[in-house]
Amino acid sequence: MDQAQIYSKLSTVFREVFDEDDLGLEPETTADDVDGWDSLSHIRLVLAVSKAFGIKFSASEIGNLKNVGEFVELIGKKTT
Amino acid sequence: MSVEQYRELSWLPRPPEDFSSHCKGLATSDLDLGKRIRFLATHALNEQQLSRLGRTIISARKQGHSLQPLAPFRLGLIGNGTLDLIVPVLTATAARHGFSLECITGAYDQFLQDALHPDSALNRARPDAVLVALDHRGLALQPTPGDEQAAVQSVNAAIDLLGSIRSAISQNSGAVCILQTIAAPPEGLFGSFDRALTGTARNIVDQLNGRISQSVLQSSDLLLDVAGIAETVGLADWHSPAQWNLAKLPFSDTFVPLYAEHVCRIIGAMRGKSRRCLILDLDNTVWGGVIGDDGLEGIQIAQGDATGEAFLSVQQLALALRARGIVLAVSSKNNDEVARRPFREHPDMLLKEDHIAVFQANWDDKATNIRAIAKELALGLESMVFLDDNPVERGLVRREIPEVAVPELDSDPAGYSRTLAAGGYFEAISFSEEDRCRAGMYQANARRLSLQGQTSDLQSYLRSLEMRIIFGSFDRTTRSRVTQLINKSNQFNLTTNRYTETQVEQAELDPGVMTLHARLLDKFGDNGIICVVVCRPSRPQWWTIDTWLMSCRVLGRGVEKTVLAEILLLARAAGISNLEGVFIPTERNEMVREHYNKLGFTLISEETDGSTRWQLGVDVELGELPMTVERDYPHLELA
Repeated sequence: MDQAQIYSKLSTVFREVFDEDDLGLEPETTADDVDGWDSLSHIRLVLAVSKAFGIKFSASEIGNLKNVGEFVELIGKKTT
Repeated sequence: MSVEQYRELSWLPRPPEDFSSHCKGLATSDLDLGKRIRFLATHALNEQQLSRLGRTIISARKQGHSLQPLAPFRLGLIGNGTLDLIVPVLTATAARHGFSLECITGAYDQFLQDALHPDSALNRARPDAVLVALDHRGLALQPTPGDEQAAVQSVNAAIDLLGSIRSAISQNSGAVCILQTIAAPPEGLFGSFDRALTGTARNIVDQLNGRISQSVLQSSDLLLDVAGIAETVGLADWHSPAQWNLAKLPFSDTFVPLYAEHVCRIIGAMRGKSRRCLILDLDNTVWGGVIGDDGLEGIQIAQGDATGEAFLSVQQLALALRARGIVLAVSSKNNDEVARRPFREHPDMLLKEDHIAVFQANWDDKATNIRAIAKELALGLESMVFLDDNPVERGLVRREIPEVAVPELDSDPAGYSRTLAAGGYFEAISFSEEDRCRAGMYQANARRLSLQGQTSDLQSYLRSLEMRIIFGSFDRTTRSRVTQLINKSNQFNLTTNRYTETQVEQAELDPGVMTLHARLLDKFGDNGIICVVVCRPSRPQWWTIDTWLMSCRVLGRGVEKTVLAEILLLARAAGISNLEGVFIPTERNEMVREHYNKLGFTLISEETDGSTRWQLGVDVELGELPMTVERDYPHLELA
């Protein structure tokens, strides 16, 4: 799966989780940029991403993420 | 049914393709909002869809939109781990069961403080029930293999902790607690020997679950058998170490919909919303084949035949349900005579004609038949479950009568009985002698109704019933049934005041309060307790009728008048001079709007919400009553 495909699928998941239809993702996007991205919706997001891509994350992998770009890279590694 | 089918709530119909736009559509219009929410919630939604729907409900309520006819229910939620994720799913699931659920959650892992502080947010919210969602981690169960004394202490400490929470909540908020059994962690230490050896995690959990179940039986608290749910789907899938480490989820997120469904069944049962009647299709549901085409010898029902045994297990489950009080009925597209033949003549049939309270075999559509069955049994449509192998019939009934539950069946009859059981339509929180006889009572009632059809003169019909009514005040043996009636009677209920068993007990003990129940017997059998009345002193020499409810089964039989005569008798004995009757309208109790008027009360006042107050002096004469009256008041001398 290439980066563009991951961004596209990931955007769908983000929109579902945050109930926000026109949410756009950039590599630099962080939790501060998205309304309602608190610790609880973060959990919902990780669970939803796991399900959508059929992959699992460990606590340390998730803890180290700084922005959406790193999240996409992590997903890319796990789906190849 | 496999794990997936439980996890995906496969007895519910698949959600609409465009679930997402349905969900958005909810926000655009207020019209029938509660009904549209319930419709959406009644599909097999996954955790994300339920969460989405739940958040929509929560924000609609915050904006002040009416969610009628969903009934408000406040649930306190305390426990260990991350519980907030469960809240939107619970909210959406509750809508499936007819509730507008408001969850009050405590602070993270602060369950003890939430319970013990009288002015915690939880206690101040006055919840209707509190779900105590503690698992093996929250109860701090420490395995001590081989050390019996330590193991006993560990179990006792857990029971004491639960006990403190329960009594604090009861005292501080008056709510009942829903306690969970513990799902054992799957990681063993010794292997199979874990089960036998004192003090292992598995052994401690077994002991503790036994104690929790026992203690619930001896109280008015309720049980959510998490251990049973987890065993059903498998402990390895239930516990997710990754999700616990990642987010402190007490169990895997994929099971939140199933968990929430079980919680809401308990709430439904508590409020009397569990279903009471199973309507069976016949061809390819109760036996294999089509009786009209294949004939008595051609249908598959025999032991020793794989297909036949699948259908026998449907019959076995139906009979077991009947034995616990669920009424059975038949709706089949057949000629009556043809449809009855297997019941009468087939040696392998377990179901007999006698087990079926109403038998509708004709060529009308099934929605019409189901309405006829409901009418004949004097039960609401929301009490019905309809089992049919034919997807077209299922679709028709769901569309025509959305109140009826119609489990989704796959093509193999081997799974029918398990699917019906997994649907949890008949959830119960208690089981009494009366429940055991209930199916027979409804059956007798159906016969009474047909007898009524044959008798032209009502008075002679009533006399022919040879009715006996037995009055008594609430006591230990009737308390549970009285509480059940208080919480589930909707139609013949003047005030719809709901009380927990604890509050009922308080009323019993209060010398100023008059409590009355009535049991009705007739020549067809014992109808059980069919009427509950509570009167409270409101001003000198006045009683206000706080609660008057009756079972709809006995309407039109002169019971109202007989009960009033008894209230008057007791009032005079207590030195009361006037009764005040109160009517508070709800969506369901239109039938009693004129109740006090018909009984000769005088209207005192009428409020803008439609509620009315009525007065009656206690020296009024009521004339002849259509039944024999017996009394059982151990502490009362009546002149």
